[in-house]
Amino acid sequence: MDIKKTALAGTLESSDIQITLSKGDNGVNIDLDSSVEELYGDQIRKVITDTLAAYGIKNANVKAVDKGALDCVVKARTMAAAQRALETTDQPDWEVF
Amino acid sequence: MKNNVGREISDEILNSTNHKPFETTEIGHPTVHYTGHNVRVTKGDDKLVDSLDQVIKDNLKDGMTISFHHHFRNGDYVFNMVMDKIIKMGYKDLTLAPSSLTGVMNDKVIEAIKAGTITNITSSGMRGSLGEAVSHGLLKNPVIFRSHGNRARSIENGNIKIDVAFLGVPNSDRMGNANGMNGESALGSLGYALVDAQYANKVVLLTDTIVDYPNTPASIKQTQVDYVVKVDKVGDPDRIGSGATRFTKDPKELKIAKMVNDVIVNSPYFKNNFSFQTGTGGASLAVTRFLRQSMLDNDIKASFTCGGTTSPIVKLLEEGLVKKVMDVQDFDKGAASSMKSNPGQTEIDGSWYADPDNKGAMVDQLDIAILSALEIDTDFNVNVLTGSNGVIRGAVGGHQDAGTAKMTIISAPLTRGRIATVVPAVNSITTPGSSIDVLVTEVGVAVNPARKDLIEAFKKAPSIPLVSIEELQKRAEGIVGKPKPIEYTDRTVALVEYRDGTLIDEVKQIKD
Repeated sequence: MDIKKTALAGTLESSDIQITLSKGDNGVNIDLDSSVEELYGDQIRKVITDTLAAYGIKNANVKAVDKGALDCVVKARTMAAAQRALETTDQPDWEVF
Repeated sequence: MKNNVGREISDEILNSTNHKPFETTEIGHPTVHYTGHNVRVTKGDDKLVDSLDQVIKDNLKDGMTISFHHHFRNGDYVFNMVMDKIIKMGYKDLTLAPSSLTGVMNDKVIEAIKAGTITNITSSGMRGSLGEAVSHGLLKNPVIFRSHGNRARSIENGNIKIDVAFLGVPNSDRMGNANGMNGESALGSLGYALVDAQYANKVVLLTDTIVDYPNTPASIKQTQVDYVVKVDKVGDPDRIGSGATRFTKDPKELKIAKMVNDVIVNSPYFKNNFSFQTGTGGASLAVTRFLRQSMLDNDIKASFTCGGTTSPIVKLLEEGLVKKVMDVQDFDKGAASSMKSNPGQTEIDGSWYADPDNKGAMVDQLDIAILSALEIDTDFNVNVLTGSNGVIRGAVGGHQDAGTAKMTIISAPLTRGRIATVVPAVNSITTPGSSIDVLVTEVGVAVNPARKDLIEAFKKAPSIPLVSIEELQKRAEGIVGKPKPIEYTDRTVALVEYRDGTLIDEVKQIKD
């Protein structure tokens, strides 16, 4: 699936993560800024990559600003950003859920 | 070798710093020797001076040990003023031995380390940019972290030999009679500074308010003081506390506080003339409020509280619910300014408060201590010094000392954001698990298995949800996941002493 437009989900509140998805042409590149980078950085990148893969997104630039979000939140924000970027918000991809 | 709480302490460190590994919380009855100090004899007519530069020049030499107190907390002006002059005058290789380091001092300490002015530090703690810098290897020699009681002990036995103490006071007369309770910059108790005044070779008071001779009450006495330096302003009393006396509305903190109160009320210690100590922070202050109601309902009064004092504690004193507040430091402006009008709010020094090596400290008489934790592990060991990322960001404070109370309660949320509080092994051990009796989190109460009496007592109270600490740890991990292990270098950047001076842990440099 190709990204149609830049899309954002999430806030900069504590325990949230803000995901910005934009077009890319060289795989999934994640620019992560996290308050728990040393402890959970790899895990956060993995959740984002896995979630995008479930939507069939192979090329994307991801800007992620994390304030200590749990995995379920990282996944939810990534899904919301993905559906907005794919312009499929009115057709939730139940498989990914 | 491994010490008695399972921490690896290198032989090289033990030998080079002349430490023994931690063994036990039992102090026993050793005979110890208190060190003496030099006294330059004077009748005192020339103590009052204007030039801090001259005082430094006449008394400070390279390699000496200097001390400060942290009673002005984040409102302190004295540390930066003095340290700035010392750096500019080109001094080298000084040992910095303050009672603690607060955030406002961070930049100046970093500057002094970079300039080679400070090459050794002993403190209760450090936070923010300074903790980051030290954790990444800024200081060549390891910092020694000591509890408030251990600092008093180390000054008495000469492990910390203070050459010059620079002590900011809100008032003094021309001879050096001074207290913390009067004046525009009142800070309340001068508890930790009193030990410096008693044992330093040279005592320099800095004050913005010179009062008529003789000044009473005199916490610091003219017999101890070499110089009185008049400065523009010693501190900002509004920044002693961060306005933390507000009653929390956070439902999680309230739930924890209510459970802590249930634990206290259902313990064998909740009876007339019991004693307790609380810390700062939302949950702790809320406990005070719940406890007040329980004391009223059961017609129970406390004989004393001790340690750091907050406004809600002073309120209990004014209501007659607490008979004496044994006050070593004040955490907010309200508590600082009330000392002068409350005879029961009694100033105690660091030794009287918490020193393990004297003829009996207040903490030895304490029934209940309510303390916080950055982390607690399944052996009940507590960390209040380093973050989960291994960076120094806290203070030992009186944690190890108050931990000797008959019932020590840790109140802490199960997780903070994505950081677990209850963990398999704490990042660094501050207080050994054998000191800790009860952990209260918002999802349950865990009692140290060694305290079968408390487990039996709490089983009879349906409001106390007893769980094992292992269950709490698993539950926390289920929420936040397993963190990646932190990478360190081999270099030791800090030593954590237990209150008896043995080594309980080492802090290693973070790998960049």
